[in-house]
Amino acid sequence: MDHPIKRDHARFRKIIKGRIRDNLRKYVSEANQIVPKGSDKFTVPMPSIDIPRFKFGDKSQGGTGQGDGQSGDPVDGKQDPNGQPGQGEAGEGEGKKELEVDLSLDELAKILGEELELPNIEPKGKKSLQSVVDRYTNIGTSGPDSLRHLRRTYKQALKRQIAMDTYDPLDPKVVPIRRDFRYKSSDSKVEMQNAAVVIYMMDVSGSMGDEQKEIVRTESFWINLWLKSQYKDIEIRYIIHDATAKEVDETTFFRTRESGGTLISSAFNLCKEIIENDYNPNEWNIYPFHFSDGDNWSADDTKMCLELLDNFLLPVSNSFCYGQVESRYGSGQFYKDLVAKYGQDSEKVILSKIKNKDGILDSIKEFLGKGK
Amino acid sequence: MNRTKPISGELLKLKNRIEGYAVEYGLDFFPQVFEVCDYDTINILAAQGGFPNRYPHWKFGMDYDQLSKGYTYGLQKIYEMVINTDPCYAYLLQVNNWVDQKIVMAHVYGHNDFFKNNAWFSNTNRKMMDVMANHGTKIRRYQEKYGHDLVENFIDKVLSLENLLDINELFETPEVKRRRTEIISQDVKERSDGEYLNDDRSQALKAFMRSKERAGKKETTQKKNLDEVEAPKEFAQLYSKRDIMGFLIQSAPLEEWQSDIIGILREEAYYFLPQRITKIMNEGWASYWHSRVMTERALDASEIVEFADKHAGVMYMSKQQINPYKVGIELMRDIEYRWNRGMFGKEYNECSDMNEKLHWDKKLNQGRQKIFEVRKSHNDISFIDEYLTPEFCERQKLFTYKFNPRNNRFEIDTKDFLAIKQKLLSQLTNFGQPLIEVADSNFQNRKELLLQHVHYGVDLDANFAQETLKNLFYLWRRPVNLATKYEDKEVVFQFDGKEFKVI
Repeated sequence: MDHPIKRDHARFRKIIKGRIRDNLRKYVSEANQIVPKGSDKFTVPMPSIDIPRFKFGDKSQGGTGQGDGQSGDPVDGKQDPNGQPGQGEAGEGEGKKELEVDLSLDELAKILGEELELPNIEPKGKKSLQSVVDRYTNIGTSGPDSLRHLRRTYKQALKRQIAMDTYDPLDPKVVPIRRDFRYKSSDSKVEMQNAAVVIYMMDVSGSMGDEQKEIVRTESFWINLWLKSQYKDIEIRYIIHDATAKEVDETTFFRTRESGGTLISSAFNLCKEIIENDYNPNEWNIYPFHFSDGDNWSADDTKMCLELLDNFLLPVSNSFCYGQVESRYGSGQFYKDLVAKYGQDSEKVILSKIKNKDGILDSIKEFLGKGK
Repeated sequence: MNRTKPISGELLKLKNRIEGYAVEYGLDFFPQVFEVCDYDTINILAAQGGFPNRYPHWKFGMDYDQLSKGYTYGLQKIYEMVINTDPCYAYLLQVNNWVDQKIVMAHVYGHNDFFKNNAWFSNTNRKMMDVMANHGTKIRRYQEKYGHDLVENFIDKVLSLENLLDINELFETPEVKRRRTEIISQDVKERSDGEYLNDDRSQALKAFMRSKERAGKKETTQKKNLDEVEAPKEFAQLYSKRDIMGFLIQSAPLEEWQSDIIGILREEAYYFLPQRITKIMNEGWASYWHSRVMTERALDASEIVEFADKHAGVMYMSKQQINPYKVGIELMRDIEYRWNRGMFGKEYNECSDMNEKLHWDKKLNQGRQKIFEVRKSHNDISFIDEYLTPEFCERQKLFTYKFNPRNNRFEIDTKDFLAIKQKLLSQLTNFGQPLIEVADSNFQNRKELLLQHVHYGVDLDANFAQETLKNLFYLWRRPVNLATKYEDKEVVFQFDGKEFKVI
């Protein structure tokens, strides 16, 4: 049986998850709060949840220390790593007691899902993607000690002793020797899965500023999180465009700043190309996301976009999501055009306006709330 | 599953060896039990204050979470846990290397001697291992009966007041405590009107309560009348006005299980209190002895560098915080040195020739004897008050620091002896916690509770005070007030169940 403290620990985890849920809006709107750690772990900072007590205010207290130095020298040589610079909180005597909580991708996605009441996605298509999974279902004669299979080891030792006639039923001692050791070993199995691909497209023309990109970045982080929790293997592709479009990696996607005009159709065309080349719509769940500030070069191009949507993108994808980030320069015309064509509540084309950072959470709900 | 196991083989031999040295040096200790365990277990033990069994509560889970992470990331490592019981239990980390185990063992004998001999520990319950386990069982039972969340929530509220203790109660003999419990159990019984016999408490306890009922009938009826008129005076006789949890047990409108839980938490808080008021002395004493035992007896020549490295790590003191190990060991050594050479008393103090003072040596050799006396009768406050000297402060390069709002940073304030001493003492006063007293349990004649913060220069943290008052309100069920000084103004903080006000 596990030590009772594991129950206390589970209680604690439950409490902090509740806290994260309560403050989800804050976590979502303030970027870089949640730091990915490895592939499926996240570190979430949170204020200490310690029990309130009557205690002294930190500032007026001061303290005693030891070392060289003259009156007026700082005692906190460097900034307190916990303190946020610019908040006037840096450098407490004891260092601020902050919790850092590790959550797995599933836990975090669950919090998001519960808070936004997101339905689980019903994948389309059959399970067609092969993925190789290792499962410890086999027994081997070599391996690390941590995987030693005691029962099989002793069974083997018993067999050997009986065969060698060194086993005495009246004094049933079984002593395994090196040769008897058995280890759990893995079998590779091929499992079939639903496959999904997310294609992010972003307008990086002059009117999209850093703040707009930050919003897109944060939003895509949460969307990825949710989709990853729904599909085991998921591919993510990134396209940036101004008047022309190109495929880039993640870093470039969020860092690049281009200028110039905007031809949204260029991105849609590239998206179409990617799908045609790599993702068979019958086997893949396809999620194209497009973010822009709503400016398009010409009405002609918009018309072309709508055609592309109708003729190719909409039929092949689960849903097409368009997020319009408000910017000072953007006209927001593209949103209006899409609404005029598909209506506010279309099943296939999900539209969302993101006013500012606080709007991210609602926007995520709009995108993912349909369970597509 | 047994997570710890007694030491055996080489470790046991080592234990016997070290114990021999401890006896040779004149340490006087409880029988010592060492057990080894893995890092996960020692994290569990540390999270639970050293005890294998505690009541269920998420805060232990939180501490465990943080300790485990600290260990995993290599930020910290607990070498040993020792608890104040008879026999004295200490846990060693299995993966400690040989020198670590030696240091730790020698260190533990120092603590053990301190637990047994220091006056502030004289009334602690040495069977606390069992008591803690019983507390766990009791609270688990309450949880089953009244609901996990309800009980845990109640514990949260009470823990808010866990630091409001009166250190003078450490000298209460078990007899005084017993008398008081008796009076209160009668009181509670009166309030709950006999329904107490319907629950599932043990026959023995019921019989005990019935016998008390017969014996105390006359007394309690009288007392009841008194209660109605002069409730506040009554508590003053039973609990000190600084013992907030005790006060609540007696005067707050609690159900029986609730007062029982407060009683449990109060008992545990008082059990840990002596350790909180002797941190510097206790660690100093133990470090003094591990250093002596190691360097004079136990160390093999090949281990000296490793020992020095480990010892230095323990003694490291930052600019922002005093390290009790360091201050403690240096003061102990200083006392020993001074009493060896007779550097004390009227003649020495009045000598004005610095050179003569520096080379003062009366060859008294009373040092060893003196530090044994010191460890017997002092706590951290009296220890610093009595033995901190200007020479010591200068030698140890101590200073005080304060917050400079202009640069938004903490800066060295002064190296003046009196200022340092003052600062240290005020940090240690009331074991570093604010001094809070019950001032009136019928404030404004409205059954409101008034607490008085005895302000000696440092303001309370207003946010924390607010949250704490909320929790206190939950227990008192009438508005609660806290009189204090905030930013140089006399104020009364009030929480009336809905909002927080400043009167």
